[in-house]
Amino acid sequence: MVGTGFGDPELVAGLATKIASLGIRDAQLMEVCGTHTVALAKYGTKSLLPDSVRIVSGPGCPVCVTSNSDLSLALRAVKTSGVTLATFGDMMRVPVDGVSLLEMKTRGFDVRTVYSPFDALALPSDKQVVFFGVGFETTSPGVAAVLREAQRRKVNNFSIISCFKLIPPALRALLEGNDVRIDGLILPGHVSTIIGTRAYDFLVEEFNVPCVIAGFEPIDLMLAIYSLLKMIEGRKAMLVNTYTRSVKAEGNPEAIRLINKYFEPVDAEWRGLGTIPKSGLALRGEHSGLDARQKFDLKPVKIPEPAGCRCAEVLRGAALPTDCPLFSKECTPENPVGPCMVTSEGACAAYYIYG
Amino acid sequence: MEHGAGGRMSHELFERVFSSRYGNKYLDRAADKAVLKIGRNRIGFTSDAFVMSPRKVQGCSLGALSVFGTVNDLLTCGATPLYLSSSFIIEEGFPFDELDQIASDMTSAARKCKVEIVTGDTKVVERGKADGVFIVTSGIGSVARGVEVSGSNARARDRVIVTGSVGNHGVAVMIARGEFGLSAKVKSDCGPLSDLVLPALRKHGSRVHVLRDPTRGGLATVLNEISIESGVAIEIDEKSIPIEAGVKAACDLLGMDPLYMACEGVMVLIVDKRIEDSVLRELRRRGATRAAVIGTVTGSPKGRVIMTTSVGGKRYLSMLKGMSLPRIC
Repeated sequence: MVGTGFGDPELVAGLATKIASLGIRDAQLMEVCGTHTVALAKYGTKSLLPDSVRIVSGPGCPVCVTSNSDLSLALRAVKTSGVTLATFGDMMRVPVDGVSLLEMKTRGFDVRTVYSPFDALALPSDKQVVFFGVGFETTSPGVAAVLREAQRRKVNNFSIISCFKLIPPALRALLEGNDVRIDGLILPGHVSTIIGTRAYDFLVEEFNVPCVIAGFEPIDLMLAIYSLLKMIEGRKAMLVNTYTRSVKAEGNPEAIRLINKYFEPVDAEWRGLGTIPKSGLALRGEHSGLDARQKFDLKPVKIPEPAGCRCAEVLRGAALPTDCPLFSKECTPENPVGPCMVTSEGACAAYYIYG
Repeated sequence: MEHGAGGRMSHELFERVFSSRYGNKYLDRAADKAVLKIGRNRIGFTSDAFVMSPRKVQGCSLGALSVFGTVNDLLTCGATPLYLSSSFIIEEGFPFDELDQIASDMTSAARKCKVEIVTGDTKVVERGKADGVFIVTSGIGSVARGVEVSGSNARARDRVIVTGSVGNHGVAVMIARGEFGLSAKVKSDCGPLSDLVLPALRKHGSRVHVLRDPTRGGLATVLNEISIESGVAIEIDEKSIPIEAGVKAACDLLGMDPLYMACEGVMVLIVDKRIEDSVLRELRRRGATRAAVIGTVTGSPKGRVIMTTSVGGKRYLSMLKGMSLPRIC
């Protein structure tokens, strides 16, 4: 928070000078977290860096990486009679084949926006409540806690569509795919708080990529960028944790235990990255009573991406939002064509709003 | 709902549905006020509908807001507020005591800004056909000779001044709704601005170029409106914008931006740079202790607001997109 010292303009200016004095010729860094996307844009960080240093967004926006197949499950659930569908705000606005959950709501289907997954459990409903769950390791433990509570209370009208995803397998897929230049990775502070630093050891060991786990204040961001550029300059890849006030080597064991109690890793489809082995979370067999896919026999449907939309490339850093022909023309935050323009954490919305 | 949130979609709604049909020489882009020529006199005229949920938040009630809102709108066209009308649409079964309280709040609000409520109407609709009570107030006031304020009057090198901390009303309403289980001591800024604005107009006349109250859509939205209407760029400095610690903390927690939160007792003044010091001194002397110069009008890029962030970076400050929704994670 600015004012607590992490937003000190003089420290930021000092880091900017240090970064400039490194004289980096050309470097492309990637951040993998929607909150980083917004923070970098909001503080105008780009204008503090030399032109030779670029930062691209990776698959770090939970709404954006949710595939159309996953969304087809939610759309199917909404149409099931006697079902109330609950999900997070931005998920409501993603158009799938021209139709969003918000539009379904205006057509009279029962869709509710919730701020916390606990709100979904608390919805007063004589119907079946289905929570459409998207997000990363930051969201899944909270949902697991809701499932535990539902079991404790013996609630029998609550279930979830689990579309939760895991960050490390996505990073592996990106680096193995090798079609995007990544000289350094800014790793997500919140996700890392849950999974711990060890979850990323493979990035350095197998791919030799400099990595920094970063917080979200201006100093955190500038320090992360500086550390990465120092490693790039010295040709030495390491995993550096600059967010030590929150992130530990082992992560949050209680949260990890909760995730593992209710979920197991499965292959999952990501928008932009395709199907990645063991990158999603499905409910474990013993909790099938909470699994809306089984309860309502929901089967995913393949739905093509909107014509011209380059969200898929934007999500793996292969294109900038401004490279997309639809950007700020057909596609704006008011009338988004693709998900990266829907949510404020999407790279396209960040470019549109903050320039 | 987004069409009512005061941002770009509200503009679209207005232009598509109303502006194209009502079109006349008075109907300006902002549309919530007009300066009419009647004989030799210029009359400021405005009308506003007030709905509020809940009807009372820290520092603001629906009754007070329905008077102050219209009074402040009159000020934005440079008028000295004089007379108001008030019309009520009341849901059947609405408690009489609360209605009485609203009327009493309106009376004291009117007294506070030296206006009289001279006419009005009451309609009662069936239960379920309205959410409690809706109030529409209209107001007129006289525009003094030499006063020339308009959203299109900002000129390069003008200074941008705000009369107080921004974002309080929006955050106070959010807290009162209790949707996020948040409790903080944030009080709405709801109040009249006559005593701050009228002396500046009297003293400096046409050197006050623009007056705008950042209600729905907040400071960011009105600055964008002005930059578009005047065909200028506006450069502001984030550090100089007064924001209360409680407002900032609540917004940080929820992923909202105080610059897009509604204010109900703040005015944005764009003035000739020669009167900057005098206006600021006078505002502070009259109790606006947090009044501040927050930026400067420049030539280009036309229609854009550029902000130097708290840490010295530069970025655009865009018009509010849709409703400010809390973030997911």
